Amino acid sequence: MKPFHYQRADRLEHVAQLISASGAMAIAGGTNLIDLMKLQVETPDTIIDVNRLPLDQIAEEGDGLRIGALATNTATAGHGKVRSDYPILAKAILAGATQQLRNKATTAGNLCQRTRCYYFTNIDQPCNKRDPGSGCGAITGIARLHAILGTSDQCIATYPGDMAVAMAALDAKVEIKDRAGNTRSIAVRDFHRLPNDAPEKDNILEPGDIITGVILPAPVPGKQLYRKVRERSSYAFALCSVAAIIDMDEGKITRADLAFGGIAHKPWFDARLGELLVGETPSLSLFDKAADLLLEDAHGFGENDFKIPLTRRALAATLCEATGVDA
Amino acid sequence: MTLTINDKEYELPSDPRVSLLDFIRHDAGLSGTKKGCDHGQCGACTVIVNGERINSCLTLAIMHEDDAVTTIEGLGTPTNPSALQQAFLSHDGYQCGYCTPGQICSATAMLTEIASGLPSDATEDISTSPKLTDEEIRERMSGNLCRCGAYPNIVAAIREVAEAGL
Repeated sequence: MKPFHYQRADRLEHVAQLISASGAMAIAGGTNLIDLMKLQVETPDTIIDVNRLPLDQIAEEGDGLRIGALATNTATAGHGKVRSDYPILAKAILAGATQQLRNKATTAGNLCQRTRCYYFTNIDQPCNKRDPGSGCGAITGIARLHAILGTSDQCIATYPGDMAVAMAALDAKVEIKDRAGNTRSIAVRDFHRLPNDAPEKDNILEPGDIITGVILPAPVPGKQLYRKVRERSSYAFALCSVAAIIDMDEGKITRADLAFGGIAHKPWFDARLGELLVGETPSLSLFDKAADLLLEDAHGFGENDFKIPLTRRALAATLCEATGVDA
Repeated sequence: MTLTINDKEYELPSDPRVSLLDFIRHDAGLSGTKKGCDHGQCGACTVIVNGERINSCLTLAIMHEDDAVTTIEGLGTPTNPSALQQAFLSHDGYQCGYCTPGQICSATAMLTEIASGLPSDATEDISTSPKLTDEEIRERMSGNLCRCGAYPNIVAAIREVAEAGL
């Protein structure tokens, strides 16, 4: 590990200044950052330990729920209100990582975790995300985990997390304090970027920005499902995941909020799916139409071609479970 | 600046790069905690910090000022083993033994988690308290790999302790 300075932030007002310094990075749970520092993928000059800041509360705010940036994944998944009103979020978190990791992982850290692309984590390989301009090894190489939607000729990495996929389905908002001390909020759906020609930028955070929390909107009626497809039944990243909030009335779909993990550089949300499904009677042919729409621009890179039919089937299976249609 | 390991205080390291795992093994001389992958994938380094199990390889010692760490040495001794340590012996819950300290630290914290009602990915209805089925044990222990494949006996050892309410 490259030598670095360690500094602890004791007050929120000081954090922006500390993390704005060149080569400085904030550390929370550290389960991703320290791993990447050992691999010399991340080589900060200074790490700013933000763990003692009072940002770990989970509390009702208006009709919704505010999850502090430093609330651990365990605290969020175990919270009574999350389990009763936002079960999709608890399920998504519990489908990821291990208990040891969830005990350390935080809301903000989870949002900001880096891709698990094998070329990104291996400094002997080309990677435009890690080393802009060096090329992409995955496009013509090993691409089993990689994206099928929203890729660019620079990068086909996926956002690896589960938590943010559920938050995208819920239309949660990320609360950010900028360097000047102003607070803004942005939808989780808009927080992560597509790679385009700047794959080194995973999300919309600017230097000096600090995430202070995530706001869940008022609970909505309906079934909340999180279906994750992976190589083994526990402790593996999603090949594809579907977060679905589906409500029905008199045999017709009245709500269909869907988000997808493991298939793009960001939690994938396509508003057209809700528009297609709402007002319709659920059926296998309707679900097939939804998959056609979702996947109309999808393309694989050889090793991950299977994700296109896999996503189609995962979507159908999730919608069948939510609406009671026989698969 | 100090942290506590098994009720004994230690000065934090001056080099911030020292992982909690290396600190436990080298600075504190407690070699029970094992380094397997050093990347949070195998669980051999699992210790209990302020009551919660974590991978000690993925955290820096310097981040743990005033924290209370429990390692395998703090759970029991050869003459006075903890219930889980005894159950791993009785059920032959290991072959080479390298992953065993991490397995036992992990299982110790896991029983507390179940008692507190924390759900897991194996919990059918997360609005209710989880029941301690073998499926729950396997899911909750998925962060601890055993290359010898002693899993059936590990599950049996944990189940025995859980059912006895020890």
